[in-house]
Order: sequence, then structure tokens, then C-alpha cells
Amino acid sequence: MTQMTFARAINSGLRKSLENDPKVVLMGEDIGTLGGVFRVTDGLQKDFGKHRVVDTPLAEAGIMGTAVGLAYRGYRPVVEIQFDGFIYPAFDQIVSQVAKMHYRTQGAVKMPITVRVPFGGGIGSPEHHSESPEAYFTHTSGLRVVSPSSPQDAYTMIQQAISCDDPVLYFEPKRRYHDKGDVDETLEPGSALPLGNARVITDGRDVTLVAYGPLVKTARDAAIAAADEGVSIEVIDLRSLAPVDYAALEASVRKTGRLVITHEAGQSGGLGAELAASITERCFYYLETAPVRVTGFDVPYPYSKLEMHHLPSLDRILDGVDRALGRPNSLSGLEG
Amino acid sequence: MLTDEVGQGGTPAVGPGNSTGHRGGASQNLVQLITPQGERVSHPEYDPWVRDISDEQLGSLYEDMVVIRRIDAEATALQRQGELALWPPLLGQEAAQIGSARTLRDDDFVFPSYRDNGVAYCRGVRPEDLVRAWRGNASAGWDPFTVNVATQQIIIGAQSLHATGYAMGIQNDGADCVAVAYFGDGATSEGDVNEAMVFAASFQAPVVFFCQNNHWAISEPVRLQSHIHLADRASGFGIPSIRVDGNDVLAVMAATRIALDRARRGGGPTFIEAVTYRMGPHTTADDPTRYRDANELEDWAAKDPISRVKSLLDRKGLLTADLEAAVAAKADAVAKELRAGTINMPEPEPLDIFKHVYSTPNSWLDRQQDHYSRYLASFGDPAGANSEEGAR
Ligand SMILES: Cc1ncc(C[n+]2csc(CCOP(=O)(O)OP(=O)(O)O)c2C)c(N)n1
Repeated sequence: MTQMTFARAINSGLRKSLENDPKVVLMGEDIGTLGGVFRVTDGLQKDFGKHRVVDTPLAEAGIMGTAVGLAYRGYRPVVEIQFDGFIYPAFDQIVSQVAKMHYRTQGAVKMPITVRVPFGGGIGSPEHHSESPEAYFTHTSGLRVVSPSSPQDAYTMIQQAISCDDPVLYFEPKRRYHDKGDVDETLEPGSALPLGNARVITDGRDVTLVAYGPLVKTARDAAIAAADEGVSIEVIDLRSLAPVDYAALEASVRKTGRLVITHEAGQSGGLGAELAASITERCFYYLETAPVRVTGFDVPYPYSKLEMHHLPSLDRILDGVDRALGRPNSLSGLEG
Repeated sequence: MLTDEVGQGGTPAVGPGNSTGHRGGASQNLVQLITPQGERVSHPEYDPWVRDISDEQLGSLYEDMVVIRRIDAEATALQRQGELALWPPLLGQEAAQIGSARTLRDDDFVFPSYRDNGVAYCRGVRPEDLVRAWRGNASAGWDPFTVNVATQQIIIGAQSLHATGYAMGIQNDGADCVAVAYFGDGATSEGDVNEAMVFAASFQAPVVFFCQNNHWAISEPVRLQSHIHLADRASGFGIPSIRVDGNDVLAVMAATRIALDRARRGGGPTFIEAVTYRMGPHTTADDPTRYRDANELEDWAAKDPISRVKSLLDRKGLLTADLEAAVAAKADAVAKELRAGTINMPEPEPLDIFKHVYSTPNSWLDRQQDHYSRYLASFGDPAGANSEEGAR
């Protein structure tokens, strides 16, 4: 076990993948000499050379489109999009080409492309630097979408994503980059929890609380706070946003009878809506109450002085838990 | 001409090119009217375009450049003191920004990037409005229509398309104003900039593409974006281009006037490559020592745009104690205004988060706002709802 930051854990996972497979190629803006604006690729170009760790021109459609060509040629490109808000110029290549290639060619062409996207808010950045665009991608068939929440998962999941034959959007919670945790670098990605599986973070009996990426830590803190008040929350780290591990969610909701979902992205059309609908379909007779969502608002990501109002906080999550439990909460007395 | 450029290898400069109407693919000479030593050199094609610049006007260009350098330094200091979340310095690019912006007419419309604070200052944006967004108090610092400057663009190159569309509107209206897009060398790699040039050429739109080649796109040198001079790219789109010494305020003025004149007379777009250098970091969050050689910085410091025009004033006997005192006083006053405006900026209210998402009320959002205000009201201490750690 080694103590390392989240960012360092991804770096270490990338290094392992580069070592193990000569077809792995990293591409992105500023990922070489600078080591990426978050230093996630620090030192990799020095050790693996400019053909394996490629500083690309400043052109996201270009990066993604050439990754498609490299994949055609048998490579496994790992693309870094510098910030969430800069993925949109590449959107067409991702949803029209990367996602559909396998289907279109009836399985003849694989797109083992990993797209690393530092995402989410909470770091006081300007516009376009704090977005949660995951639902655009979970809505697109053919893409896998994952988000690690701990250094250990960051380390293994990046390797699993790279070795996966499907395209994987790998959303990195940038406000957790500096969080430290134990990482077992001897853990083989093949024997770790599979990429598509959710994980129970804390066992509980009263409410199931689903989170992913940056909010897993907040959700766990909320569970600890709730325990002081005698409420037992089962926190589930979704890990895979598409496809979703419904078996894990169903098992938990059948036990607790209550579901709270939290994410930073806006509510309407967000992943929480999909989880609420699917769990309602699957577990209707087990649910004591309607699923509750605690999410960002349906507003453009706000300027930094207001972002803490937008982001689900521990208190806002607990208020949602109170709603699911029918305890006094901020909306008590309101109907609908 | 600048002989010791760095960063961009490839095509050597050839011959005295027909730079005002350049349509060929051949590499272009750099237009220069003031040498790095502050010597005024004559240029038959460009001199006429700045012949009207009086001694007094030269002094005021110098003043503008000193003031925006001071704004830049003050904002950087404010960031270091925790008053701004981030700041993108323009240190070294003063001549490019002042020389071009001071050439524009009030009814021309500017589409800037995040770094073009000197341009915005010239257009009348108030000092505190320059930092409003960097402090995190608003998404944008000013109303574009009060100063004819769009708000700062962060998505690289997006504004070049906006400028082109605005220019198409000018054309439809039969007006003779011009839209100007400011962007960097890295931006020329983006699809948006290339598509903007396609549209501008197709419709012969009255737009000026003003590219400040400051040699770096964060850590990436300009040679990674292009193997030829950026100005030479324009010819492939059928757009005439000028490659100008961006640290020479007079040369930049002349080049911009040529481009504006062409646009006003129905001659369509022009691409200007102002060859300059970012002497500071990309932003206050960047560490250029990781990717940039100190010698390179030294070479460019010798071509400093402000000392250049100062030497010219000196040679002409215009650098009087009065002028220096007046310039220093102006810089001090603007810096003071910036600092006070920043520190006294009113804090946004929590429910401001819901404002202006739509121009008409929306029941989805009204419901979220109602719920959130009830949530805030449920705290005795409203500040409690602010922290991630929680207040229960
Ligand atoms: C679409 C997009 N991709 C990436 C970025 C991140 N980014 C911000 S500034 C920058 C470099 C821009 O370089 P250049 O165009 O030369 O302008 P300069 O900053 O040097 O003025 C990058 C990559 C962004 N803002 N937008």
C-alpha cells in the first residue's frame, strides 16, 4: 500500500498501462512537458517519449477524430480533455463516430478509446471549467461512462478503461485530485472489482444514498453525520454511470425501501432522473416513498462565489434524506 | 525586422512581400516601424497609415500601454492577495492590444478572448469590470452593447465565428463598421477559427481576424500549431494577411488601419498576425518554468513594447518629466480605482443563481428557486447552508 493523491494514482495507472501495452498512446493539450494542467500526466512523456505521450495541437475535434483513426490502426488512445467544458468541440466525434463505430461495422472495428475528463466544480474556476456533462454521454448508446471516487479506484479503473474494448468516458472528479488515500499498486485490474460494478461504501438500513465521483465523499460524510442522529444510510458509489449496475441498487433499495440520489449536474434530464425511474420500475413494491433527488440546479454552472449553493452539500443531502424518511425538512408542509 | 524569433521554425522569410494585399502562400516579412532600440524606420507602404500620429498621440499611446501594464500588475497582485481567483496576464502584449484597439471606431465591434483586457480598457470598460468574472462575482464583467465589446471568451476561438456573423450582419445592414476577433496562436488550430475564415471569405464579411501570436498556448509552442507563419495560412482561405511586429505599436496601428479600411470599403476580411510574446505565465495558476527556457524570455524582454516606444519618445526629445509624471499619475489612479473597485465589489446574493437563465419565467426553475429559498430559510444562520462540511 502506498499513500498517494487521486491525481498521482491516475498517473500511476497510466504508467502501468503504457508499460504493459505498447499500443497505448496518450494524447491531449499540454500533457507532455507540462504534465497536464493538473499534472496528471507528469513525467510520462519524459519516460515514454513523444510518440506515446503526444502534445496535440489545440483542437478537440482534431484530438478525438485522430484517436478514431489510431484505433482503426490498432492503437488504444487515451485522450485528455483539459476541462469538462472543452469536450463540446469533440462532441460530434464522440457521439457520431466513437460511440457508433462498433455497431455500424457490425463489430469489425473496435474503438478502445479512453477519454479522460476532469469534471465537476468546487474549485473556484471561471466559466466552462466546472461542468458535469455526463448525461450527454450516458444518453449515447455505445459509450461506457465511469467515474472513480477514490485513489484506489482511480488507479485500477483507468487501467480497466484502457484495456476495455469499448470506448470509455472516464470522468475525474477534479476537486478530489489532491485527496490522499491508500493505493495497492500490486492489485491486478483483472482481479479488482469490474469496471461496470457499483460499490457499497457504507452499509445502512434506512435509506439508500447513491452518489458518484466528487459527491461520494460528501455522501459518506452525510452518512456519518446521520448516524449521530440515529439514521442509517447505505451509501452506494455508482462508479459506472453507463451501464448502471442495477442489481446492486435493487438489492439495496429492497432492503432500505428509500432512495436518494445526488449529483452535481442539473436535475432535469440528469442521471438521477434515469435512476429514479428505473428503480421505481424495478422496485416499486419495495419503495416506501418516491425517490428523492439532490442535485445541482437547472442553471448554467454559476460563477464561483455562488457555486457552493449549486453543489449538493452535506446539509442539502441530509435534508433530502429527511424528505425520503418523512422527517421534518425544508419542504415540510408543501405538497408535490 | 525581427531576426531572432523563437518558437516557430520552418519557412524562412523571403523578399519584401506585398504584405498589404498578400494573397500568395509565400512567407511574409515582418512589418516594423520602430526597432527594438526605439529607432523609427521608414516603410513606404505602411508609413502613410500612421503619418497623422502626432507627438501628442504617440505620448498617449505610450500612456495607454503603461496603464494597461499597470492594470495587469495590479490584477496579478490582487490575485496573489486572494482577491481574485485567477488572472490571465497580458504582459508583453501591450503594443498589440493598444495599437489595434486605439485604431477602432466606436461603432466597430470587438470579440475578445480572456487575455484582451487592454483592448477592453481602450473601449471604455471600467477597471473593476475587467476583474468581475475573475473574482467570481459574475459570469461576465460588462454589458457588451455599452462599449461594443463582447464579453471575454474562454472557449478557444469561438469568438471568431461570432465576429464573422456580426460582420455578415453589418454587411446586410449596409453599414461601414467592422467586427474584430481577437485570438491567440493556439486558437488557429481550432475548427471554429478555420470555419470562421471560410465564412468570412465566402461572404467577404467585414471582419478583421487579429491573432496575437504570443508564441505559447499554455505549454505548447506555436510550432506545434503550425509549420508556416500563421499569417500564411490565411491565403489558403482566400483572405489577405499581414504579419506585423506585435511589439511595435505604430506598425500594429498601420496594419489594423489597412485591414479596417479594406473592410469598410467592401474589401472583405483580413488576417493580422501580430508577432509578440507572453512574458508572464499563461494565468496566475501556471508555472512557465516547467516548459519555457529563461533565455527565451530574456531575448524577448529586449524587445519590450513599452521600452521601445519610450526610447522613440526619448529620441524625439518628447520624453519630458511632465509626460512621465502624467503617465505615472494616470497609472496610479487607474490601479487605485481597480483595487478599490475589486475590494468593494458587492457580493452576489444566493438566489442570484437563478437569475437570467431564461428571459421569461419558467415553472421548472421557479420551483427549484422556491425550494431552495425554503431550504435557506430553514437555517437560523443562512451562512450555514454555504459550507460543504455542513452546519447541523
Ligand atoms: C476549447 C478549449 N480548449 C482548451 C482550452 C484550455 N485553454 C485555455 S487557454 C489555452 C491556450 C490558448 O492559447 P492561445 O490561443 O495561443 O492564446 P493565449 O492564451 O496564448 O493568449 C488553452 C489550451 C479552452 N479554454 N478552450
